[in-house]
Amino acid sequence: MAKKLITVTVNGNKIEQAVEPRTLLIHFLRENLNLTGAHIGCDTSHCGACTVDIDGQSVKSCTHLAVQCDGSEVVTVEGLADKGVLHAVQDAFYKEHGLQCGFCTPGMLVRAYRLLQDNVNPSEEQIRAGMAGNLCRCTGYQNIVKAVRHAAKTLQTAKQAVAA
Amino acid sequence: MNSPLNDRKAALMGMGDSRLRKEDARFIQGKGNYVDDIKMPDMVYMDIVRSPVAHARIKKINKEAALAIPGVLAVLTADDLKPLKLHWMPTLAGDVQAVLADEKVHFQMQEVAVVIATERYIAADGVEAVSVEYEELTAVIDPFKALEKGAPVLREDLAGKTEGAHGKRYHHNHIFTWEAGDKAKADVAFSAAEVTVKQDMFYPRVHPCPLETCGCVASFDPVRGELTTFMTSQAPHVVRTVVSLLSGIAESKIRIVSPDIGGGFGNKVPVYPGYVCAIVASIVLGRPVKWIEDRVENISSTGFARDYHMTGELAATKAGKITGLRVNVIADHGAFDSCADPTKFPAGMFHIVSGSYDIPAAYCRVDGVYTNKAPGGVAYRCSFRVTEAVYLIERMVDVLAQDLKMDKAEIRSKNFIRKEQFPYTSAFGFEYDSGDYQGALDKVLNACDYKGLRVEQAAKRADPNSPTLMGIGLVSFTEVVGAGPSKMCDILGVGMFDSCEIRVHPTGSAIARMGTISTGQAHQTTYAQIIATELGLPSEVIQVEEGDTSTAPYGLGTYGSRSTPVAGAAIAMASRKIHAKAKKIAAHLLEVSENDLEWEIDRFKVKGQDAKFKTMKDIAWAAYNKPPAGMEPGLEAVHYYDPPNFTFPFGIYLCVVDIDKATGETKIRRFYALDDCGTRINPMIIEGQIHGGLTEGFAVAMGQQLTFDAQGNIQGNTLMDYFLPTFVETPKWETDFTVTPSPHHPIGAKGVAESPHVGSIPTFTSAVVDAFSHLGVAHMNMPHNAFRVWQQLQASGVKS
Repeated sequence: MAKKLITVTVNGNKIEQAVEPRTLLIHFLRENLNLTGAHIGCDTSHCGACTVDIDGQSVKSCTHLAVQCDGSEVVTVEGLADKGVLHAVQDAFYKEHGLQCGFCTPGMLVRAYRLLQDNVNPSEEQIRAGMAGNLCRCTGYQNIVKAVRHAAKTLQTAKQAVAA
Repeated sequence: MNSPLNDRKAALMGMGDSRLRKEDARFIQGKGNYVDDIKMPDMVYMDIVRSPVAHARIKKINKEAALAIPGVLAVLTADDLKPLKLHWMPTLAGDVQAVLADEKVHFQMQEVAVVIATERYIAADGVEAVSVEYEELTAVIDPFKALEKGAPVLREDLAGKTEGAHGKRYHHNHIFTWEAGDKAKADVAFSAAEVTVKQDMFYPRVHPCPLETCGCVASFDPVRGELTTFMTSQAPHVVRTVVSLLSGIAESKIRIVSPDIGGGFGNKVPVYPGYVCAIVASIVLGRPVKWIEDRVENISSTGFARDYHMTGELAATKAGKITGLRVNVIADHGAFDSCADPTKFPAGMFHIVSGSYDIPAAYCRVDGVYTNKAPGGVAYRCSFRVTEAVYLIERMVDVLAQDLKMDKAEIRSKNFIRKEQFPYTSAFGFEYDSGDYQGALDKVLNACDYKGLRVEQAAKRADPNSPTLMGIGLVSFTEVVGAGPSKMCDILGVGMFDSCEIRVHPTGSAIARMGTISTGQAHQTTYAQIIATELGLPSEVIQVEEGDTSTAPYGLGTYGSRSTPVAGAAIAMASRKIHAKAKKIAAHLLEVSENDLEWEIDRFKVKGQDAKFKTMKDIAWAAYNKPPAGMEPGLEAVHYYDPPNFTFPFGIYLCVVDIDKATGETKIRRFYALDDCGTRINPMIIEGQIHGGLTEGFAVAMGQQLTFDAQGNIQGNTLMDYFLPTFVETPKWETDFTVTPSPHHPIGAKGVAESPHVGSIPTFTSAVVDAFSHLGVAHMNMPHNAFRVWQQLQASGVKS
């Protein structure tokens, strides 16, 4: 199958690679770029384990072709921490025991990262609805809700500190 | 080092501390290492051609078109496995399972051929290109019909065999009959009873559906003659032994590694055909072969859970005292019996079915049956069929209460095994270790204002305009976890012990390995906590590893909530061996007798002289630097623990539901779960296990089911239909606990992880049925989804 050259910025790094048009973004990230944080949990676009951030939106990368990302900015779980400092969502998942096996975690984190930009102070109901595209088999969600709230508070406090 | 005792204790982050998880750092940064993350030089990909039909003869498999695709390296069928005698493989249940279908297929989605290609996309193309010609046979789906006289023969390979791995077979589709208890005594109790009740119930076929599916990377090195396989296994040592027996390769030349696993839930205990084929392909091609299944393959072909058709009977006095229990079960095991169980227990620990109650006479019988479905049965937090056992007895106690018009909390109190009766030997011969059921029940009833709930329910029932039906579910269960004593329990002949090896380094950190394998239960954190308290070394510097058969001591793996009961005990015992040696070194260093020393958190001190002490860290250095004369240098120990008994955690669960009379939709208003698993190692981790297990229970009771049509087509085998609740559906959980330690366990700890699943499912059913109990409904089969509950509303004549 003829390959197509694409240019995509992943976690701030510009990548140029030739891919088959049928290559799913999740496989491009995992196989071509060795960014194996994003996972595959289903084949019907339900689980959200593959969630990455594309141009400011949460996208299930198993339902997106790599060639569609030509010119896009992609953020994966590997790009959340900044110079070794965990992002607030990562720290909060740790502090609130929002993960067990860790398989849904990268997708959850990337989704929470976007949710908290779209809604800086979500209610419990808004968190539950806002994260509903991500399935977890271990946690029963309750601690993930706590983690997202925790992260929201941390981000708001940081913002206030900057403003002051 | 002279900080107050509390500070020194806190610094250990040991037993009882809700310390944060050591695993998290890698997982929250995408640096876990799961099977599909593994890349090896020259690695190729395997994909599986599966049967489109449930029961058929294979007339011909056409490989040519697939082999013509550039990048396709090989297509293997049963014919390629026959010379190795690997077209069938043994199962944990003592039966055999087809690796690749030979003369016929026995269930839809069964493995028929494998395609190996340079890329996974090409392997998938290859699977499409393989064409198989079938001659269809009548499919057998209903286990009751399977046992009829003229039923089609499913297992032609067993023709003429009237004896199976578990005794006599009375029909070609009959697998085993297993009985426990005293039938004659139970029959007498029933003939003498003032009251008897009987109820049929079906525990539907569901699937554990871990978010990460099954897969492996098999790598046979033809130069060294060594096989390394990374795989999603909950029992890697057992797999190594099995692979050695099947392949003829010495165990010392086989390395099985379970890396990080994205949830197991019992799904990853058995050996699946995909693993065997990947290993064979790697041996044939001399290069690594990766196999990762899709979700649809996972749900359709790997270990399902439940599928028990149960009939329960209780005998009792009019006052509600239970005098007898009888149970009959038809167990649908699918096409091959690969139900994961200790060898002597084809129905697992189902004979825990007498529950939390002092029942003098009891008997149960389970008949296993073949059908044209995928194999399995034991999985999904079942603790070896305890889910089914608890469901049966808890439903029956409700049925009896309703029959006697007695309150369901009161009837439980009346029949509880009392605190002072422990250790209690049940009519089925289990010796329950400890329990305080009444204390726990009282705590839950008070916390939920049970009386108030009943008053509210009565008011709703009296109001014809109430838009909802209110139901209150209550379950008081006893679990049996920690398989198990080797005199009773073995896996393929290996006693069900477990193990731990701890090595303290010169500078006072330690490496510890166990024969279990976490799939998310945080062993790397909690095991370190046990050692921290035993040895007085901070859990932070105790590195725990599992899963690599070349480094970890032999163990039986993680399932049946056995890690804490068995490996947890081995950890404490290995620590105590180190502790004993450390005491000798301390006595030598302090120039006193061992009798003059006392242990205080992290040090041995001379009695009455606070300033004279040696910390464990000091002692570790001395063990390498200048061991006492006649003593081996170093500081380490191994312990293999054969448990004297199971542990018997228990719980009291209460659920309140509101059912919409117009739509049949059930809303969980409240769910309160009290669990008692004895000494608690890490309350934060336990809470997480409870939340996850309750959510599974909610899924099973309210929506999950795998059904088959008359032709044997599996239905709802993707996430399009198979119900996995999201954040939105999942109720909020309230948790509570009491502490009743296990007297025989070194640290008093019992297993717990499966309790929430085992206990919650009958609680949901209890609540839903309770909503209809005033209308004369005694039982409703799961799942209690809106459509099915709506049907009950119609049948009961409920007007909205």
